[in-house]
Amino acid sequence: MEYFLQQSINGLTLGAIYGLIAIGYTMVYGIIGMINFAHGEIYMIGAFIAVISFTVLGLFGITWVPLAVLIALVMAMVFTSVYGWIIERVAYRPLRGSFRLAALISAIGMSIFLQNYVQLVQGARVKPVQPIIQGSVSLMERADGFTVSLSYLQMIIILLTLVLMIAFWQLIMQTALGRAQRACEQDKVMAGLLGINVDRTISLTFVLGAALAGVAGVMTTMYYGVVDFYIGFLAGIKAFTAAVLGGIGSLPGAMLGGLLIGLIEAYWSAYFTIEYKDVAAFSILVLVLIFRPSGLFGRPEIEKV
Amino acid sequence: MTTSSLASTASIRRPPRGGTTGGGLGGAVATALADGVIAAAVAFLFTLPLVGLRTEIAIGGLAINTRFVEVAVAVALVFLGRFGLSLSAAGYPVPVLAAALAVAGASLAIDFPTAPLQLIAVAGGLIVAMIAGWTAYTGRSTLSRAERQKRMDAIGAKVQVWTIWLAPIAITFAVLLPFLPFADRRFLDIAILILTYIMLGWGLNIIVGLAGLLDLGFVAFYAVGAYSYALMAYHFDLSFWACLPLAGLFAALAGLLLGFPVLRLRGDYFAIVTLGFGEIIRVILLNWYQFTGGPDGIAGIPRPSFFGLAEFIRRPRGDDVAFHQMFGLDYSSLHRMIFLYYLILALALIVNFFTVRIRRLPIGRAWEALREDDIACASLGINRTNIKLAAFSISAMWGGFAGAFFATRQGFISPESFTFIESAIILSVVVLGGMGSQLGVVVAAFVVIGLPEWFRELEQYRMLAFGAGMVLIMLWRPRGLLSHREPTITLARRRFGRAAAATSGEAT
Amino acid sequence: MTAPDDWEPHGGEPRGLAGARPDAGSAAGRPRPLLTVEHLTMRFGGLVAVSDVSFTARDREITAIIGPNGAGKTTVFNCMTGFYAPTTGRLALDTGRDVFLLERLEAYKIARHARVARTFQNIRLFAGMSVLENLIVAQHNKLMKASGFSVFGLLGLPIYRRAERAAVELARYWLERMQLTEAADWQAGNLPYGAQRRLEIARAMCSDPVLLCLDEPAAGLNPRESAELSELLCFIRDSHQIGVLLIEHDMSVVMGISDHVVVLDHGCKIAEGPPEVIKRTPAVIRAYLGEEEPDDALAVAGGDP
Repeated sequence: MEYFLQQSINGLTLGAIYGLIAIGYTMVYGIIGMINFAHGEIYMIGAFIAVISFTVLGLFGITWVPLAVLIALVMAMVFTSVYGWIIERVAYRPLRGSFRLAALISAIGMSIFLQNYVQLVQGARVKPVQPIIQGSVSLMERADGFTVSLSYLQMIIILLTLVLMIAFWQLIMQTALGRAQRACEQDKVMAGLLGINVDRTISLTFVLGAALAGVAGVMTTMYYGVVDFYIGFLAGIKAFTAAVLGGIGSLPGAMLGGLLIGLIEAYWSAYFTIEYKDVAAFSILVLVLIFRPSGLFGRPEIEKV
Repeated sequence: MTTSSLASTASIRRPPRGGTTGGGLGGAVATALADGVIAAAVAFLFTLPLVGLRTEIAIGGLAINTRFVEVAVAVALVFLGRFGLSLSAAGYPVPVLAAALAVAGASLAIDFPTAPLQLIAVAGGLIVAMIAGWTAYTGRSTLSRAERQKRMDAIGAKVQVWTIWLAPIAITFAVLLPFLPFADRRFLDIAILILTYIMLGWGLNIIVGLAGLLDLGFVAFYAVGAYSYALMAYHFDLSFWACLPLAGLFAALAGLLLGFPVLRLRGDYFAIVTLGFGEIIRVILLNWYQFTGGPDGIAGIPRPSFFGLAEFIRRPRGDDVAFHQMFGLDYSSLHRMIFLYYLILALALIVNFFTVRIRRLPIGRAWEALREDDIACASLGINRTNIKLAAFSISAMWGGFAGAFFATRQGFISPESFTFIESAIILSVVVLGGMGSQLGVVVAAFVVIGLPEWFRELEQYRMLAFGAGMVLIMLWRPRGLLSHREPTITLARRRFGRAAAATSGEAT
Repeated sequence: MTAPDDWEPHGGEPRGLAGARPDAGSAAGRPRPLLTVEHLTMRFGGLVAVSDVSFTARDREITAIIGPNGAGKTTVFNCMTGFYAPTTGRLALDTGRDVFLLERLEAYKIARHARVARTFQNIRLFAGMSVLENLIVAQHNKLMKASGFSVFGLLGLPIYRRAERAAVELARYWLERMQLTEAADWQAGNLPYGAQRRLEIARAMCSDPVLLCLDEPAAGLNPRESAELSELLCFIRDSHQIGVLLIEHDMSVVMGISDHVVVLDHGCKIAEGPPEVIKRTPAVIRAYLGEEEPDDALAVAGGDP
């Protein structure tokens, strides 16, 4: 029971990170109907920006934790936004209306490019970061001494994710930008005729998704303490699985899917086998796509004739 | 779709030289400056943290190695490039042409902080010069997409017609190659590698080029083939020649098994699931230690014999006869190499022959029809799942053959050889050359595999260049460089005999 | 609508009540029913696109389905050809030898076994392939068998070559009939609009159907082309002895060639009968032109035959 609880806490933390990345997938899919294959790399870049920020801040002697984390978050969001914008501008916009495979391939090309760009300029070796937030509260103790603990970092990750989710939900539901975004999701041509700048709205969708992935990257850096140029690939697939599981196109679905994937991964590693934990995510992806392609919250898709 | 087509018609042509209303040079320069500054700002944000602040592992954590000069140079180059392009488009291509050439020339002489930047400066200068030169020549800044596609298609059609002559010449050359004076060990090694990728590319072309399904996990079947052979040789002591068909069969079965659940999925879902399958197979190979040897891989995979008759060894065991003895030659380790070369050449040609042939059969036409419109296919009574499954497992089968060859050539395999990167390389061979184009695959394999092999120092930039290349080719010509489709059957040919075959190119 | 006497329902279930309603026209001398639609209902979520529609299309007759936009005509087609699974209802196709319940079959089986061929409202050609290839692909199943599921074909055996030659001859026949012989080796996507429509019909006919379903074949055609289309449809009915089901807005085509007309409005059948009767049915006129219009409004609006 205690062990289960501990795994649940770990899984939720992991799931929060996946959920944040999944939002980017789901939003981009919602608006242009395509998977942003380079989204995982954005997350990886966010993690790198966090590494760089923490190192630079350390050099400047800024060690007050809240400030350092805040600066890292802002930096990551700013820079990943730029990358998100570039991806849309270069790999997607010119190919809108071209045949489907073309945009898909250009996005994969973009993903390969970004991965190798980071590898070249930052080196292929794993970057270790010293733990920034330490300490935890123990919630429960078993007779044999096993304690269930919730670290401050886990608390921060889960809380921050919650705050961001609510803020984001408000942004989509309450602001003009969100309205434009939802309108474009329904019908781009009509939205354009009504004076919505469709190009800009799509760009902003990429940018917002990228910023959230950037935050997820910062969290990963703090949580695991190691980053390399290859982390975007797996995390990207898992987050995509989360988006599909939740029902692609649905925001709450993405978050819930993320949490589920995080939990499944934690339980799988704990009770089954840690080596095959990545297989778990893929298997779920395949099963969901086959048996319920619309996910938990998605609308069923009908073949358009 | 309407919006994008509107946007593209609007941006087809900027006004030709002197055509700008008012502003003149001053206005043009101001606009170009603004364009340049925006591009430079983006480049600045793109490079600042990742290039400018390189983290290095040091004692007690990380240290920062600043490289602001590189950032500044990169930003300056982007600014100049964008400024030049903008000015050229605004009607002043000639000065831009001169300036770009000057920059490119100067870049050759100046010491750059790093070699890649110098390369970017020279190449960028030349590209800007080319575009400016083109603008000056035609009086227009850019071709419309449709025009460009038409031109490229005409080239593709011409190449296709040449193939009738090119193919026999190329095959003859390939057959004679090992006996040419410059064909040393290293040369043959690269030739074998290129041929392996040509074969893989042709195999993948069936599913990507013909059936139009983006398979990102092709390497899985390559791995199945390689491991089938290695394990069968290890456990059952089977020879290469017995295993080769089995390896293909197993890969095809794997394709059937994996394909069955996923082939109903739509394009991009299909792509990501195949990606997932590729990873699953790799993770299994990595972790199933007892069976696959895990990360250590399998070593000592037997080399192929001369069709089971003779081994390529200096001193045969017992009464066996070695290859050189059989033919009365002196022993040379090159013999096996040459044999491997012919083996892969034959395998590749079989794949090619098969593809060319099957394109003209109902199943091949159904693949292409599926790529064009799968709903119409269903309305004509074509069982989409079966047809896709056939494409998927045939593609997988060729991947399996190539895998078995890979295993026997290397003598050692490990999961390291079967990462997603490998799938991406094979995909780029198909995509860059032209989806569905057999010749395109050959050309792309030379560029993608051959160039980095010759210029080892470029190795680390290879994947970067692939990524950029895939994006650029898609932007420039979404169906690939040499993509051109010949009809698989014509009415005219039947009426006028084979001589009329070439005219169909003009008709389209 | 006359209850088909020679038709035995599958599984011996009791015949629908509405199926026994007497028809305005006499059944004497008319060909046997080919397609019998009974109580067809199709719901998408809350929207009822087709509600309890029953009608019969007879062999060697042209049956037209007309109705204002959004009346559910194309939905009926999509249910018939297996692209949608109807919510309730029965669609029985009686080829004379077998009876197929279309609502239970997949799309490709309907085309393959029940031999129902269709065209699409927004033309669906294999645009990148040549005109001739489009017609050869339509004969896929026949050729597939002849090629020994590709084995004979790969070996180049004469049995396949003969079959292919026969397929080309059939294609040539339809190319000549459609005046497309000159364009046989063109890329289908490069044909002018009217020729694309003709090619789509030719392609459907090459699949050797017993029932040809055309979704707005006259849309976008000029009057001369429409007249040619009418002639073509009569030719198909009379010379090829098959049933034709037609969705069409062009009243000159519908009233000129139909043997039987079914009128839908808001998903419900509002009238059925021979064209002369339909033209004078008040409900139809109301559906097309609103209330309080002169009696012969439909004839004026559509043009008299």
